[in-house]
Amino acid sequence: MKRTVPLLITFLTGFFLIVSFFVPHEPFGQLEQRLLVWFAIVSGFAMLLGVDSLFRAHLKRIIRAREGRWHSLALLLSLVVTLAVGIIGFAKFGSPFHMQSPFMFVYTYGIIPLQATMFALLAFYIASASYRAFRARNTVATLLLVSAVIVMLGRVPIGAAISQFFPVAQEWIMDVPQLAAKRGIQIGAALGAVSMSLRILLGIERSYLS
Amino acid sequence: MTRPETPDRTRFGLLMVFVMLLTIPALTGGDSFARPRSLATSEILSSPTDLAMVPVLPPAVCTVQAADVPEDGGGLISVTWEVPEDTPGTEFITAFEILRYAPGETPAPVGDVPPTDRAFEDGSAEDGTTYQYIVRSVSPSGFTDSEPSGPAVASAQWFARGRFPVLLVTLFFCTAVLFFVQRAKGGAELFIRKIPGLEAVDDAVGRATEMGRPVLFVPGIETVSEVGTLAALTILGHVARRVATHGTRLLVPVADPIVMTTAQEIVRAAYAEAGQLDAYDPGSVAYLTYDQFGYTAGVDGIMVRERPEAVFLLGTFYAESLILAETGHAIGAIQIAGTKETSQLPFFVAACDYTLIGEELFAASSYLSREPVMLGSLKGQDLTKMTIVYVIVLGFVVGTVGALFFPGGNSFFSRAFDALYSWFG
Repeated sequence: MKRTVPLLITFLTGFFLIVSFFVPHEPFGQLEQRLLVWFAIVSGFAMLLGVDSLFRAHLKRIIRAREGRWHSLALLLSLVVTLAVGIIGFAKFGSPFHMQSPFMFVYTYGIIPLQATMFALLAFYIASASYRAFRARNTVATLLLVSAVIVMLGRVPIGAAISQFFPVAQEWIMDVPQLAAKRGIQIGAALGAVSMSLRILLGIERSYLS
Repeated sequence: MTRPETPDRTRFGLLMVFVMLLTIPALTGGDSFARPRSLATSEILSSPTDLAMVPVLPPAVCTVQAADVPEDGGGLISVTWEVPEDTPGTEFITAFEILRYAPGETPAPVGDVPPTDRAFEDGSAEDGTTYQYIVRSVSPSGFTDSEPSGPAVASAQWFARGRFPVLLVTLFFCTAVLFFVQRAKGGAELFIRKIPGLEAVDDAVGRATEMGRPVLFVPGIETVSEVGTLAALTILGHVARRVATHGTRLLVPVADPIVMTTAQEIVRAAYAEAGQLDAYDPGSVAYLTYDQFGYTAGVDGIMVRERPEAVFLLGTFYAESLILAETGHAIGAIQIAGTKETSQLPFFVAACDYTLIGEELFAASSYLSREPVMLGSLKGQDLTKMTIVYVIVLGFVVGTVGALFFPGGNSFFSRAFDALYSWFG
């Protein structure tokens, strides 16, 4: 019973969603949109579980004076301060997302720069990963290196300044071999996803139910 | 397991200089990145002098057509129109206003669109009522109405005929999967090729146990409704069973609360199955944040502090994929990654020891469980994929023969290619 009911709910939900893809008429047509609204509501409440987990884990670390407790304290303080400025913004301006709200100040001058900093690290990681990937250890790696150099040169103005071969060649590499491989992977992945969905709907795949 | 060598600093520095040299002209010139900006009418009409140049009235649009939106749930009528070319005053139109009326009613506005648009979808139509539409060209000096469109009636359809090929392929696919599942149940031997990334899962957990270091499992940044996340969670069950059996520590930082509760249940069940429920730590599956780069920073921090020996990056990843994979590489962990995002796969291939490419991620639970029924579904998937490959090859041959030997577009080959393209294109 503990497994049968979830499996039945999964099967019926999946079945009606598939039907709604082919039948636009009511009551099927808007089914997906309605279920997405339900999902958003459940996700909203589930967020409380996430915050609870986060709070407990870091509070425990502070109380037990474990290593890294100061980081945990900074995290909890940030959490509480962000929540507080959100409430202040709501009380003062009617919405925490008002441009004069302190919440937006925290968002604009705290969160956005932090996100940008993390994203900016990507440039250095790309350089170090490329360095390893492009070493000409064998024929395949050499092909990769040559293609990469052509694509890189073809996509920046200096490439066209050296020779018109680079923009033309990079376009061919991106439009023909690269796209063919990508589409092959995409077709395989799409079929894999459908196959997995089918296994879940039919109750063959049950590991996610624990 | 072999590991890539440490990069030589001098050569790495030279590469960085080379990359910077390549990007400097683009960054300073800005031409490659700047998108041409078109002026809005409000910007054109910025001064009283400009306004004085506006013709008395904007031109009326022509060929206004209204029709029921096909294959929908009803209540939708699409309206299209054309703007006469080279007519003075066209450039001063600021918007098109769409007016609707039923027999015996006066036209009333139902919406407006920017001057660049040539179509509008009326979502407030009642099924079964006949409507006509007028498109009003609006400019600062006034407006001009078009001739009314022909009558249109919104209606709902019971079957989306345009999706019939999808239905056919879906039915074929389901039949293939069910056929092979039945064959597997009947005891037939099914050959599945080796997937090195999945073969290495147990080795990675074993090595972490030997080294006395934890196993880190990252199930991507998407929600549980994403099939990639579900695939990752099924692999988590297998990894958690191995971890529980070996008595290794497992760390599962998650970015979604529903994924957290699901993962907690999966890990708890795996420990129970291994008879190690006492060793299960609910804190091993921890929620970090929903924010993409906040989560990335959190996982990077865990990697650097806890120094896991085995890192699993499985699920849906976007820009954070390389940041995570490179950090894992920097701490010297064995990394097994997998995603269906083709744009992230090269990063995993470059930075990880093993990569599950696309479908291999979805095949993982079947492959690892080795249950015949699960393997049967993989065979059905392969048969469908082969059929799609044959259709692609057939389309390529027919299209090429038609274009090379029977040009003109009326030959059997051209028509066969068009039919294939309209069905599967």
